[in-house]
Amino acid sequence: MNNSKVAHLENRAKQLRRKILKLIHKAGSGHPGGSLSATDLLTALYFGDILQYDSKDPHKPGRDRFLLSKGHASALLYCTLAEAGYFPEEDLADYRKINSKLFLSGHPHPKTPGVEIASGSLGQGLSVAHGIALGIRNEFPSARVYVVMGDGELQEGQVWEAAMSAAKFKSTNLIAIVDNNKVAQDNLTKDLKDIEPLEDKWRAFGWETLRIDGHDMSQIMDALQKPVGKEKPRVIIADTIKGKGVSFMEGQTAWHGVAPNDEKLEAALKELA
Amino acid sequence: MVDGATRDGYGAGLVELGTSNPNVVVLDSGVSDSTRSKKFGDKFPDRFFNMGISEGDMVCTAAGLAQAGKIPFATSFACFLLGRSMDQTLVSVAYSNTNVKLVGTHSGLAVGEDGPSAQMIVDIAYTRAIPNMTVIQPADWEEARQATIALANYKGPAYMRLGRSNVKGIYDPKTYKFEIGKASVIKQGSDAVVFATGSMVEETMKALEQLGTEMNVTVVNVSTLKPLDEATIIDQVGKNKIVITAEDHNRIGGLGDAVCEVLMNHQICKPFKRIAVNDTFAETGSASELYEKYGLSANHIVRALREVKA
Repeated sequence: MNNSKVAHLENRAKQLRRKILKLIHKAGSGHPGGSLSATDLLTALYFGDILQYDSKDPHKPGRDRFLLSKGHASALLYCTLAEAGYFPEEDLADYRKINSKLFLSGHPHPKTPGVEIASGSLGQGLSVAHGIALGIRNEFPSARVYVVMGDGELQEGQVWEAAMSAAKFKSTNLIAIVDNNKVAQDNLTKDLKDIEPLEDKWRAFGWETLRIDGHDMSQIMDALQKPVGKEKPRVIIADTIKGKGVSFMEGQTAWHGVAPNDEKLEAALKELA
Repeated sequence: MVDGATRDGYGAGLVELGTSNPNVVVLDSGVSDSTRSKKFGDKFPDRFFNMGISEGDMVCTAAGLAQAGKIPFATSFACFLLGRSMDQTLVSVAYSNTNVKLVGTHSGLAVGEDGPSAQMIVDIAYTRAIPNMTVIQPADWEEARQATIALANYKGPAYMRLGRSNVKGIYDPKTYKFEIGKASVIKQGSDAVVFATGSMVEETMKALEQLGTEMNVTVVNVSTLKPLDEATIIDQVGKNKIVITAEDHNRIGGLGDAVCEVLMNHQICKPFKRIAVNDTFAETGSASELYEKYGLSANHIVRALREVKA
């Protein structure tokens, strides 16, 4: 992939990060850390011509599907969907507000255009994504289902039930992406309950694995552009940094679920200028 | 009339749907032989997904299939289906309002010797408390067959509660028409009304045989537990002197509570008794022994009808 396209995507990711922080700041609550860690991944999916969608026809049959299993990164999803044209950016003002016209809840719900399923209870997204993959594979063999999960989420047993299921049904149209930011709400993920060695685990469950730097746009694009295999579902383990792009948020549990105040927002936006 | 278990009526309904509705798909979690979903799986293997012993995964996979335009029936034993997937049912099925049909077989004390870990007695309470959910419990083979087909034609999340044991046929397949949300009056009387659901409809009919001409009892099969057929309940309470509810389920959160709620909301006061599991875990034993010991048998219904004075 050429350098100018990479630079273009990197710039879009930076703009997206600015919007996310402004949105959470305005709402007064939300989850900045896990939104910023997955921003490059969603930028590549939505704006790197990976995900095939029509934002003017959100339910178009045969579309690729995207599911945010780590639903607490809703600010990232809503900013991305607005940017992709699912709804006007002004409507984001309703985020986390009562009577929100587009149901821009703290965690996603399919009433919002572009959202496929409700999430917010960790561990369910891979199963749902796999159900969609089973449902569309005969009618739309080229359509793909992408699901982004958190690393802490992999502590949920259901993820591994779903992993076994997708291997059993050879669901190669399912692509799981782990936003491996290594920090959960309480603690470092490894101290909470270690999920490594991740590649060994996924391979043992019958998956093809790719491990990338989740902030290196060319690595992300290469992984997402790689043709799917014939037998195994694929997981992309993206090593990321929680709070990526804002020095005082990076790697900090404290910024899991806290909105920046005026001063912190200004400092963050300065770093993302 | 067709004698047989409601799970068998479900299996027959699924097979019919396999031919009539290409969008119907069926999931099971490793007990398809017992739940009868295998009947569908044998005929339509491409539309049958045995997810193994992982009910949470199965329920969410069903939600995904629904979001892909399919009409999934996710099946297991009632105890595991809802016990293992309460959160999945809340978030991926009910809150997301996906077109998933959850079907739990082997419900209640009627499952018998497998003991309390297999005797699901809180599933009506679980599912009735969930917004967007429709809750159905058919009383015989034919009603289960028809309810299965009705659920495929109904858009929205639903739970259907089925039994393992054979029950005597109540409905004539030629004349009966099941409708979601409608209770059916099996026998019209004037002294007392028994609102029964599931296997307790058969138990109530046995009670009536014992009573003979002693009392003129109305029997209403409440096969849709949510939304409740309030009009029929109010109408029948008005036509009778005393009110009994009967269910193979814990007394908390089941049919008895639901009927009480209707009566209270309409300021209707009548002599009342509920036949239900008395907020306890049971034990092992045959279904009839358990019904006797834990207060669900025809004998208990007869006693209640005699004791509750108008």
